[in-house]
Amino acid sequence: MTEALSQAQRPQSAAVDACDRHYFEALTQGRFEIPKCRDCQKFHFFPRVCCPHCGSQALDWITPSGKGTIYSLTIVRAREGGDYTVVLVDLDEGPRLMSRVVGMPVDNVRIGMQVEARIDTTDEGPLLVFAATKERS
Amino acid sequence: MTKGTSRGSIAILGTGLAGMGHAGGATEQEIIAQASCMAIERSGLKKKDIDGIITSSLTSPWWVMRMAEYLGIRPRFSDSTMFGGSAFIADLKIAQMAIDAGECENVLICYGSTPRSVPSSSRVNQMRAELDPQPYEHPYKAFNPVSSYSLAAARHMYEYGTTRKQLAEVAVAARKWAQLNPDAFSKKPLTVDDVINSKMISDPLTVLDCCLVTDGAGAIVVTSSKRAKELHSKPIYVLGSGFAHWHRQISCMEDLTVTPAQESGQKAFAQAGLTPADVDVVELYDAFTINPILFLEDLGFCKKGEGGAFIERGRIEPGGAFPMNTNGGGLSCVHPGMYSIFLIIEAVTQLRAEANARQVSGAEVALVHGNGGVLSSQATAILSSAL
Repeated sequence: MTEALSQAQRPQSAAVDACDRHYFEALTQGRFEIPKCRDCQKFHFFPRVCCPHCGSQALDWITPSGKGTIYSLTIVRAREGGDYTVVLVDLDEGPRLMSRVVGMPVDNVRIGMQVEARIDTTDEGPLLVFAATKERS
Repeated sequence: MTKGTSRGSIAILGTGLAGMGHAGGATEQEIIAQASCMAIERSGLKKKDIDGIITSSLTSPWWVMRMAEYLGIRPRFSDSTMFGGSAFIADLKIAQMAIDAGECENVLICYGSTPRSVPSSSRVNQMRAELDPQPYEHPYKAFNPVSSYSLAAARHMYEYGTTRKQLAEVAVAARKWAQLNPDAFSKKPLTVDDVINSKMISDPLTVLDCCLVTDGAGAIVVTSSKRAKELHSKPIYVLGSGFAHWHRQISCMEDLTVTPAQESGQKAFAQAGLTPADVDVVELYDAFTINPILFLEDLGFCKKGEGGAFIERGRIEPGGAFPMNTNGGGLSCVHPGMYSIFLIIEAVTQLRAEANARQVSGAEVALVHGNGGVLSSQATAILSSAL
């Protein structure tokens, strides 16, 4: 997480900050974890202190399979540097998240493509990205 | 059963515009004040009669106090709920609740901004991002708001076969209407090929699929329908209205092809006791070319997935069977950050038969629909020259 974002988060809610911190610290340590509700058994994303499906606060951090499907896709035609994708990925566990597809030309990325999560290291910290799943396509 | 607000209980009196296009150095408070004074005067009222004020700002959370102070109003009722661009249509419902409840009589709804003459500094943009943190989207550097609407457009094209050409036709129709409107900013002839071949911003949307960035301010005054006829020769009645929001960030939108316009539209039509077939002229918030296609479907003018085909072959252009965005829209008329106040003002102008070259003949019922955030908040109202 960027310095600016972490500073903006801190004074607002210790609980929310704790959620974000857990998620991004896990990423830093090489783990992709999302909350799962102990009461309704559903996963959710972005991480919250209460389940957006049933309102329960009984949540566990679970490592999902990392597999998902591209729900939608745009290519940002950057003014500087290379073009890059912004995608919405539906995880096999249910939740949707924003991410980027890496490891292939941007113009070859398609809606409906099966993808798999990995954690890349960037100048701004760890970033959850997705690459095409060859064996499932 | 809950009572709720009543059909047609409030009416729009005077309207005002100021600083359209380029405000020539005036500040946003100055052009809002100019539009507001014009709206009050045209309402047959004095400033002292204004006892309610609703406004909001993309930057200042203190906005309603700043504007009331500037105008010299001590309101009995005020509100500054931030719905994004849809706000001023949602404000019709808020004003109606206050007026129906007897909390106030005459409500000024106003907005303006000067992003063309005074572009936001990178420091202000950074501050806005920090005050509305989205740590799960921000790292992916979406070029927002365009990229979020591009994601919706891409999914609509994937599911329903909506074409690049259909998106472009929305922009071309808007330009043709703008050419008939002296207040419109962009009037240069525009073709489908121009739109498709202009600079790609975030696939599939090009720069000409995106709304303008202009200056502009708009204001309206609303009062109870009982008093309206004494104050104005042509009050425009708010027969029904509704708003809805289901998400803030595009990654939290459940179905990118279905917006909360479904809910806001149902509420507005139900209160008005009308159906889409009763509407003569439609003003939809066209921040991006995909928007009207989504809203035509969600508001019930066509079936889900058929919005692209619906607007084809000049149907929404001047002289077409379905007059839409008759001022030229956010795409070609005006778009100072938030736009929905201008939808209301254009609908009122049409319903008063004061739109000159762009007048839709016999327009008696108008639908206005506002959008905010990234398809996040939606607000609909049905307006009419008769109760």
